[in-house]
This record gives sequence, structure tokens and C-alpha cells, in this order.
Amino acid sequence: MELLSGGEMIARALEDEGVEYIFGYPGGAVLHIYDALFKDCKVPHILVRHEQAATHAADGYARATGKPGVVLVTSGPGATNAITGIATAYMDSIPMVVLAGQVQSHLIGEDAFQETDTVGISRPIVKHSFMVKRTEDLPIMIKKAFHIAASGRPGPVVIDIPKDLTRPDAKYEYHYPETVKMRSYAPAQRGHTGQIKKAAKLLLAAKRPIIYAGGGVLLGDASEQLTQLAKRLNYPVTKTLMGLGAYPGSDRQCLGMLGMHGFYEANMAMHNSDCILAIGARFDDRVTNTVEKFCPGAKVIHIDIDPASISKIIIADVPIVGPVQPVLTELLAQISLLREKDNSLPDQSALDLWWQQIEEWRAAQGLFTGRRYGESDMIMPQQVIQSLYRATKGDAFITSDVGQHQMFAAQYYPFDKPRRWINSGGLGTMGFGLPAAMGVKLAFPDMDVACVTGEGSIQMNIQELSTCTQYNSAIKIINLRNNNLGMVTQWQDMQYEGRYAMSTYEDSLPDFVKLVEAYGHVGMQVTKLADLDDAMDEAFAMKDKLVFLDVIIDPNEHVYPMHIAPNGSMKDMWLSKNERT
Amino acid sequence: MRRIISMLMENEPGALSRVVGLFSQRGYNIETLNVAPTDDPTLSRLTLTTADSDLRIEQLTKQLNKLVDVVKLADLTEGAHIERDMMLIKVRAAGVARHEVKRTTDIFRGQIVDVGPEVYTIQIIGTSEKLDAFVAAMSDVDILEVVRSGVAGISRGEKVLSL
Repeated sequence: MELLSGGEMIARALEDEGVEYIFGYPGGAVLHIYDALFKDCKVPHILVRHEQAATHAADGYARATGKPGVVLVTSGPGATNAITGIATAYMDSIPMVVLAGQVQSHLIGEDAFQETDTVGISRPIVKHSFMVKRTEDLPIMIKKAFHIAASGRPGPVVIDIPKDLTRPDAKYEYHYPETVKMRSYAPAQRGHTGQIKKAAKLLLAAKRPIIYAGGGVLLGDASEQLTQLAKRLNYPVTKTLMGLGAYPGSDRQCLGMLGMHGFYEANMAMHNSDCILAIGARFDDRVTNTVEKFCPGAKVIHIDIDPASISKIIIADVPIVGPVQPVLTELLAQISLLREKDNSLPDQSALDLWWQQIEEWRAAQGLFTGRRYGESDMIMPQQVIQSLYRATKGDAFITSDVGQHQMFAAQYYPFDKPRRWINSGGLGTMGFGLPAAMGVKLAFPDMDVACVTGEGSIQMNIQELSTCTQYNSAIKIINLRNNNLGMVTQWQDMQYEGRYAMSTYEDSLPDFVKLVEAYGHVGMQVTKLADLDDAMDEAFAMKDKLVFLDVIIDPNEHVYPMHIAPNGSMKDMWLSKNERT
Repeated sequence: MRRIISMLMENEPGALSRVVGLFSQRGYNIETLNVAPTDDPTLSRLTLTTADSDLRIEQLTKQLNKLVDVVKLADLTEGAHIERDMMLIKVRAAGVARHEVKRTTDIFRGQIVDVGPEVYTIQIIGTSEKLDAFVAAMSDVDILEVVRSGVAGISRGEKVLSL
């Protein structure tokens, strides 16, 4: 058997695990590891400009590919800078392995230079973490970390590695296990057949059914099964912010996103339904509005790999714990069985009435049918997203930052394919979009990758423009620029009588065109609607360039619909500044 | 309702902090906590008591079960069980009180485990309720120190919490 140092073991284990990219930043505690990577490692390393960006880039890569993102940072500030990105991945259940250097074993606890309790600081925001005590344990711990990160409900795993365990002169036998079994970790492999039967009966008996699909459908690669189910039954589908793309967004049966800024027809259908099939969704407060008033007449079937997600917020009438893909496959089979045995079919006349009602809602207030945005001489943010959709033929990877632009993108870019919409839904991390787009572009170099952002969010990780220069990351940045922190001002308008406390920048914004040019990229500014489509096409025509499109939009436009909170139900929405349901 | 939650945990560094951290992170209270090794050196047995609504307890046990270091978990209060808490209590025992303390200790089937000219240290074992009752019975006595182990529990009959 081969003898390797700790640093060499890490390099080799990442190769053996099939890792495609390491996102990281060197520093004292990881120098042995970096030296081993430099000398002999086939896995390319992407040098970011800030550790937060390393985690977001790995996260973007993971969301787009389904494979764990890999991060390598040093101890102390390296690890603490990574925390926001780890929390972002944790909240959205994204598989990630973070290797963090630590001070030498004998210095731990002595407040050594660049020492921090990484395992302690990250504890509430990781799926699991390991503190390596012996060099020989590195391969098995790395294997376990990848196994835990990617299986069950995915999530980030941190490995804390003291520097002395990676020193080049201490060599040990290396063996990378092909599989790993853990007595304390065994996520469900399939659902309970009895429960699935119950679900099938309840679904077929529904008169006003709705399928509520979340990010779990994407994480569990079950879009195909979901589509089959919805098509077979002709039931309407709504999706969470995290579930966009789980079911084709441009399909007739799709009611669009639900929740705080969800489509009118989606929120109305949820509120009035008598049976909700929740799949890989977690009844987040941004979906339910006031829990006590949530969908009063609905029975709830809830499929989730994580038992703790079921009946956490809304009690499930039929809970099903299991991976969504095999559960949906079995559910389809049970529905077929019921048809053969008892001739059970959905109640067609009830369903016709239900669809008629939904189409009425859609016609009256749908984003693409009713009037949903204001008119002025300026470009409206919704028009920018529609132009982006047109230019990319609806087939790009879209990452986003957090705020109004994120909601506009979620509303006006109907994602037809899974894993195309990459955003920080749970944690709502500004600064996510640009580094995430870098990660996606590395995974899919021939695809269009656009980051929809605002002048607030982009400045939270703008240093990554330099990383993009280094790796020729030809992403497109669409800056919806309204010169204020839009979502903050929206709330200030609605709940604080328009007092814009610290949500404007006065005259401090940089000239973004010059700024990106300074990094060697292309910058373009658009101020007139008439120029928008041409500029968008021109940007995407530059296949090998990063293009920053600075689009000056109407600063007064807000995101609608918007749930009325506090104390509102799903059907209570602002439809514009002065209309409400 | 008061619950006794008992679990087998990997004897790994940081395992306890994950359990304790989960309580504060998700807004639960721990009333008592007891952790010690078992006959299997790779496992620790942790017993804790907490009180909350059934729904919240269900969520709590699910969250605890999700921790990778938690191997097995049982809510002992769901079935017949035995619970024991151990208390060491040091009281001022001088003059008339000296005899009275001895008598009360006997009634509670406690033992005086250390004797000083002015103090007794008493060991008493039982349910938390019994220990509370003993402390209440000492209300006229000067209590110097109270140390309790926290509840340890086990199911009655054949039912076991093991791998």
C-alpha cells in the first residue's frame, strides 16, 4: 500500500472522489495541503478573492450539477469568512464539503494565531462536521463527509484539519474506501407503501387538488416523475422559490411560484384547495403567511426525505418519509392500480370546475395576462427579465442575488428545466449571485449563465470580478439598477410610511461600466427601453466575455403580488401599491 | 408534559455540544442532563428531561434523531420506566436540628455519607419528585449545598435501548 502524507491524502482523496473543482484560498494552516495540490493533483483549484465567494461558487456548482461542491480554506478568518456560504448551503440543503485548516494540534485552545473553533462556530449550520485527530483517519473522514453531504437531505459538511496532520514528512498508508456505512446515519431509501396507498386514494378523491413542489424535487432528481404525475391527473402545480424548474414553468398546468411574492392564481388555488400534495417543500413562512389561517379546507399529503420537515409547521394528514423519486414512482403505480381495481379516477366534473376557476384567476390577475407592472418612461424591471428570457430562449442558467430583482427573475423567467434557477432562498444571502454564477459556468462552460443582481447585492462580492478575469468566466451580469435597496424601500413604503432609513447611497455608487472595464470585462449601460433588447442580444453574443449590463430601471416599481402580513392568509395579497384582494 | 428522552450517542468529540446546541438553537429547554459511558466504549448514554407540548416534543425528537452522532433515541415517558436522580445535599446539622435531619433522612431512605461536627452530607436517590420533597422537608434547616446528577432512566421489562 502507498504511503502518503496528510496533505497528499487530501489531494488524492479528492481525485478518488471524482471532484471536478476545488474552490478555495490558501493560508498558513493549509500550506501543506496546497503544496500537495501543487505537486500532484488532477483537480483544478479556483482561487477566489474572498472565502465567502468560494462557498457560494461551490454552492452554485452543486446546485447546477447535483454533485457536492468542494471548498478549501485556512483556519481562523478563512473559516469564519466561509460561514455565510456554509449557512446559505445549509438552509437550501445543498451538498458541500468544506475542508478547513486548523492550527497545530498542540496549539488548539491556546488562542493561537488564526485559531478559531471552526467546528463550534459552524455547528448550527452544518449537516455534520469532523475534527481530524489522526492523519490515518483522513481518507475515511473525507469519504464519510461526501457520503453525508450528498445523501438523504443534502447539506454542508465541515472537516477541520490541524496543520500538523498534513505535514509532508509524516506518511501513512493510504486507502480510499469505495463505500462507507455508518450505524448512526441511514436516510430512508423508500416510502411506506401503506402511506403511499392512502395518499393515492386521497389524491383521487380531491375536488380542488394542487401540487405544491419544493426544492426537494430538484435535489431528489424527481422532476420527471412529478411531471408524469401532474400530467396523468391533470392537476395544477405550483412551485416554491426553491422549486422553480421542478415542473416546466411555461406549461399550462403550472400556476407559477406561490408565497409572499407568488402568482395570484397560485396563492388563490392553494388557499381554496381541498387537497395539497406537498413534495420536498417545507411550508416556509414565506409560503404560508399566517400559519393559523393557512389553507383552511385542505388535507395535506407531505412527501419529504427529512422526517423533521413533516408536520413541523403544518400538520400532515398523510406523512410520507422517503426520497421523492421512488415515492412518486410508487405513487404513480398505486394510482394505476386503483384505476385497474376500482376504476378510481379523478372526479372529472369537479376538476373541470376547478380549472375553470383557476383560469378565471389567471385571466384576471396573472402576471402574464392581467396588468402587473407599472408604466413610466423608464425601463421596468420586469421588462429586463422578459428581455433576458427572450435573448436566452428561456434556456440559460440564471443565478440571482437577493432582493426585488430576485423576485422579478423568479416571476418573469419561467424555468422549464430543473437546476437552472440558482438562488439563495432560505438564508437570502446578498452577494450570492456572482460567485454562484462562476461555479455554474465552470460546470457548464458552453451554456449561457446570467447573474441577475442589483447594485446593492453585486457590491457584496464584487471582488470576484477579478476571479472571473483569471478564469475567463464569461458570465453575463444583469444589474437591475434602481439606485436604492429595493426590497428594503418596498417594506419601508408599505410599513414605515416611506421613511427610507439607510436604503439609499446618495451619490456614492461607482461607475459600474468603468469598474468592470478596470477588471478587463465589458460594461454596457442601458437607459432606454428601445435599446434593451439589442443590448441584451449584444451581451449574449459575446460568448467569451464577461459582460456587465447596467440597466437603469424605474426606482419606484415594487414587487407584486405581495402577501399582506402580519395576520394575512395565503389569499390576502397586495396586487399593486393601492389594490388588494 | 415532562419527558425523559434517552439516547445512545457516538462517543465522539463534539457530540454532546451538538445535542445541547440543538436545544438552544431551536428554543427548547433542558431541565436535567446526564451523560456517561456505557458498557460499549464507543457509545455514551445521554438522558435528558424537558417539558413541552406533544407537537414540539415530536419535532425535537426528530431533530435529535437527525444528528449524525445520535445512534438511537427513545422517549422513556412513552412507556413504563424507571427513573432515578441522585442528590448530595450538605446541611447545617447542629443542636436539635442534628437529630431532626437524621430522622428525615431515614424516612426518605437517604444516607448520611459524610459527617462533620456541624454538618451532614446526605445522599439521596429517587425520582426527581422525591428529591424535591426532601429539599422541601429541609426547609427549616440551613441548606449549604445541593448537587444533583440529573435523571437517568431505563424502560421496564424486556424493552431495551441498544444497537
